[in-house]
Amino acid sequence: MAKMTKEEVIEVAHLARLAITDEEAEHFADQLEAITNAMELLSELDTENVEPTTHVLQMVNVLREDKSIPGLDRDLVMKNVKEHEGGQVKVPTILE
Amino acid sequence: MSFVEKTAAQLQEMIHTKETTIAEMTEKAFERIEALEPKVDAFLALNKERATKLAAEMDQVPFAERGPLFGLPIGVKDNIVTEGLETTASSRILEGFNPIYNATVVDKLREAGMVTVGKLNMDEFAMGSSNENSYYKKTKNPWNLETVPGGSSGGSAAAVAAGEVPFSLGSDTGGSIRQPAAFCGVVGMKPTYGRVSRFGLIAYASSLDQIGPITRTVKDNALLLNAISGYDDKDSTSANVEVPDFTAALTGDITGMRIGVPKEYFAEGVGEAAKQAVLDALKVLEERGAICEEISLPHSKYALATYYILASSEASSNLSRFDGIRYGYRTEKAGSLLEFYMNTRSEGFGDEVKRRIMLGTYALSSGYYDAYYKKAQKVRTLIKKDFDDAFEKYDVIVGPTTPTPAFKIGEIIDDPLTMYANDILTIPVNLAGVPAISIPCGFENGLPLGLQIIGKHFDEETVYRVADVYEQATDFHKKTPQTWEGAAQ
Repeated sequence: MAKMTKEEVIEVAHLARLAITDEEAEHFADQLEAITNAMELLSELDTENVEPTTHVLQMVNVLREDKSIPGLDRDLVMKNVKEHEGGQVKVPTILE
Repeated sequence: MSFVEKTAAQLQEMIHTKETTIAEMTEKAFERIEALEPKVDAFLALNKERATKLAAEMDQVPFAERGPLFGLPIGVKDNIVTEGLETTASSRILEGFNPIYNATVVDKLREAGMVTVGKLNMDEFAMGSSNENSYYKKTKNPWNLETVPGGSSGGSAAAVAAGEVPFSLGSDTGGSIRQPAAFCGVVGMKPTYGRVSRFGLIAYASSLDQIGPITRTVKDNALLLNAISGYDDKDSTSANVEVPDFTAALTGDITGMRIGVPKEYFAEGVGEAAKQAVLDALKVLEERGAICEEISLPHSKYALATYYILASSEASSNLSRFDGIRYGYRTEKAGSLLEFYMNTRSEGFGDEVKRRIMLGTYALSSGYYDAYYKKAQKVRTLIKKDFDDAFEKYDVIVGPTTPTPAFKIGEIIDDPLTMYANDILTIPVNLAGVPAISIPCGFENGLPLGLQIIGKHFDEETVYRVADVYEQATDFHKKTPQTWEGAAQ
């Protein structure tokens, strides 16, 4: 396993859609390096023949009956939207 | 008349004998909250107007139609959505968010006739062990206002400890109910994963999150779990299993019960006082007929690393929904759509949330996925197997809830790894998905210590039985913090 460097922090922040300054990247890199170092502990375990656990309950493909049910009321849904018009969410301009 | 220190049964008795009414009790709860909040800072939004109106209506309901929790006040952790009552998960990114539906547990509280008085402070998105990660305020520990209440359900534990409410709901992903319950000297239960619906719980790590009750006594805790448990088709991970009456498990009899005591829970880093309090508790349980034996959960030391990889990975995915478009905080500074997302999220999330999003994004990124995420999932299997093996021979597993009592506000907030170590004894339980309770078992320098009792999958009953026997035999749960003095009763 590798440790997180400042450059990786900047890259990961971008992937996660987080704006960070150079100074913040340095600060986070120090902390995340310590954290990823601590996580290296796992590499001493042999897990070659161990199945991964994604979930503790053994359940697969939970499906409901295929029939339509009413969704949320549109006016209610718009209650928390900062900008909306004609029942639609307004977003910032993305094309010039 | 006094409402604090009363159990659900005693409060019902007061209502039935007309010593008080639901309306009066609700009014007194708000009086006490208003008197204590300047010191404790446990609450975010208060539901005073609606609760007052509801309480008056409830006084009209015939006694025959009322259950054991009818008319009693409760506080709800702020990551559980409440229709028409601001819900923020203590994050700036949800400032002013006004849910348009209730979480399933909130509907269930209402069905039980409980009165929701307000929302409780927490670490932002349930990430933290001290409540210092809240964007809005720092909740204080009622036992010593210079110390933290624990986290992330710190507001939920502090409000009950201060007697502001007799009941609250918290959520527990790596110890977030049990650790604050231990720090605040109250009873906190993390039920089996799948026991309680997560519909309407703002997700942190979906394979670990579970809602649970915080109360002053074991019996009240069992009553509240009765009310919130059960299958819910709105939560596809909710388990379709029968819900017993948990209070029926409180028989007072633990004769012949086999208790495993993991040596790893008494290892380096666990304080002497915490160890001694648990050893004393084991003597109490032995005197009542239980058989205690040392056991080993050999993969315990790997739990912390496993948890932070898996929980952060799940969080990085869950929290990608906060983009400023449909709800929540929106940046003012954006030239492009990318800048809009990035600035919204950077301004809206606090540092600990950013740390975990970045850690999770890293662990899931190509090239590191196998080494981190998949590796951690495999180690999770080994940790779960430790518990499966132990439960073949033992009915419950007992140890300390936390290595130490509450620490000072500001003491370790800048040292994430030391902060994470707080949860070293609670995290394995979430990874295995089993239920566990923390109950008061002693004090160190005037601060409470917690006894953790861990059970088999869907066997909260045995956990409650042991907890109740211990509670009946001791009086730690009857002690009250300094903040009780002089406050409105």
